Amino acid sequence: MSAEHSEQSEQVEGLPDSCKNLIARLRGRFPGAVGEATTLRQCADELTVRVAREQIVEVCHFLKTDPQLAFDYLSDLSGVDYPDREKRFEVVYHLYSIPQGHRVRLKVQVAEGEAVPTVTGVWRTADWHEREAYDLLGIPFEGHPDLRRILLPDDWKGHPLRKEYPLAGYDGD
Amino acid sequence: METKELILNMGPQHPSTHGVLRLILSLNGETIVHSVPDIGYLHRGIEKLAENRTYLQFLPITDRLDYIAAFPNNLAYCQTVEKLMGLEVPPRAQYIRVILTELNRISSHLVWLATHALDIGAMTVFLYCFRERETILDLFEMATGARMTFSFFRFGGVADDLPREFIPKAREFLEAFPACIADYEALLTKNRIWLARTRNVAVISAEDGINLGMSGPSLRGSGVKWDIRRAAPYAIYDQLDFEIPVGQNGDVYDRYLVRVEEMRQSSRIVRQCLDRIPEGEIRAQVPRAIKPPAGEAYSCVESPKGELGFYIVSDGSERPYRLKVRAPSFVNLESLPVMMKGGLVADVIAAIGSIDIVLGEVDR
Repeated sequence: MSAEHSEQSEQVEGLPDSCKNLIARLRGRFPGAVGEATTLRQCADELTVRVAREQIVEVCHFLKTDPQLAFDYLSDLSGVDYPDREKRFEVVYHLYSIPQGHRVRLKVQVAEGEAVPTVTGVWRTADWHEREAYDLLGIPFEGHPDLRRILLPDDWKGHPLRKEYPLAGYDGD
Repeated sequence: METKELILNMGPQHPSTHGVLRLILSLNGETIVHSVPDIGYLHRGIEKLAENRTYLQFLPITDRLDYIAAFPNNLAYCQTVEKLMGLEVPPRAQYIRVILTELNRISSHLVWLATHALDIGAMTVFLYCFRERETILDLFEMATGARMTFSFFRFGGVADDLPREFIPKAREFLEAFPACIADYEALLTKNRIWLARTRNVAVISAEDGINLGMSGPSLRGSGVKWDIRRAAPYAIYDQLDFEIPVGQNGDVYDRYLVRVEEMRQSSRIVRQCLDRIPEGEIRAQVPRAIKPPAGEAYSCVESPKGELGFYIVSDGSERPYRLKVRAPSFVNLESLPVMMKGGLVADVIAAIGSIDIVLGEVDR
């Protein structure tokens, strides 16, 4: 099993114009913080953009408030574990714009023990999503107003969605 | 006289929290100062299970998310895998999927209306709704062999064609159903007690709703005309005529009106599909072993509760590397403390009912 599978090469060329425009605006505003952009085949709704961890809040705030982009809706936020990578976690943000009807996926890489700045100040819905990523993967979110477990009991040991966590749990029950 | 805040635990064993939901309420007399939902009692580690099952083996587990409406779960999951693999679904299968999914929207809304009305004290409506739901479940049983957990859709199509007697029976139901909706409305829509219990109760603005990630009828009650069937049409929704009802005030009453109208619109959709369903294949040519190429996809549907999406990361093997369920009930529940703040403790029941959550989907 390769954990490097999502390291696709930059595919901006074949992308629809709406995606190129979005990438251009983001890169213009945040040179250096916006990394590689990829997609699944030529699907405009599968545009994925890598963002530097330190600037995720500024990038999100810009995406929400820019009138052309208007990503007013955080559809989902989740974590993915790649234990073989130097920075083992990816936090994945699914953004949607109700007025514009377009989507974008942002990705932030984070190493074990590093915290990701919270986006609860941009979209309040991020509160529970970030708690879930913290609960199931152990990714801390800096500045979160109420960072505690959400699905599992407070005294639970370990984070089940980490790859090394056994399916039946550590106690076998 | 000195007064102090009272902490009241509601649930997890409480019939009108619609499952194992616990609310910790801070009360000042009868007024809610603050509330904190406590969830996870039904957490079964479904996303962890997904990483340890083949793609097909996970399909029956999707039935157990929103078990009141399992077809939309099957649909959203299959659609995401199909997107990853680049599979085209034949037209007849698309029609079968939409017919069953929309009937499921009606049966889900019937369970919602039944229990919501019962919570508020209208017992007759409960019995009527369950009567009609029974007819729909009979149709599902005829088509799939199951009444709730169907596992009927497949990657690239559906498991089986509709039996011959399905279409006439479905038409029979659609003939009778408008009069049933009229009956529910006659009992509730202008009923003074119903109005007193639902109007201006648990109000949420469109802006707050969007900020809190609400979706589906719960958000449309606040006037946001956003329905994924129209905004990003999947299956054959771009070929179908239907309206998207919205409310104005964002209260319990408007969410009620939206869902009642959605039952009419879903009936309209099913009728169009029954008229137009083409002959042909019910499943695309699909490899025996489902191994989507390495990559990732997100795909969502408008479930009866809202935006139901799956985010799947594939490493090219026969099991998902990571599967995330974007469950509408989980996100909609997050808005409950906002809409209840400053309200009365007696209205908690009305507020919970009005966002139509299913704990199987909240806790996963």
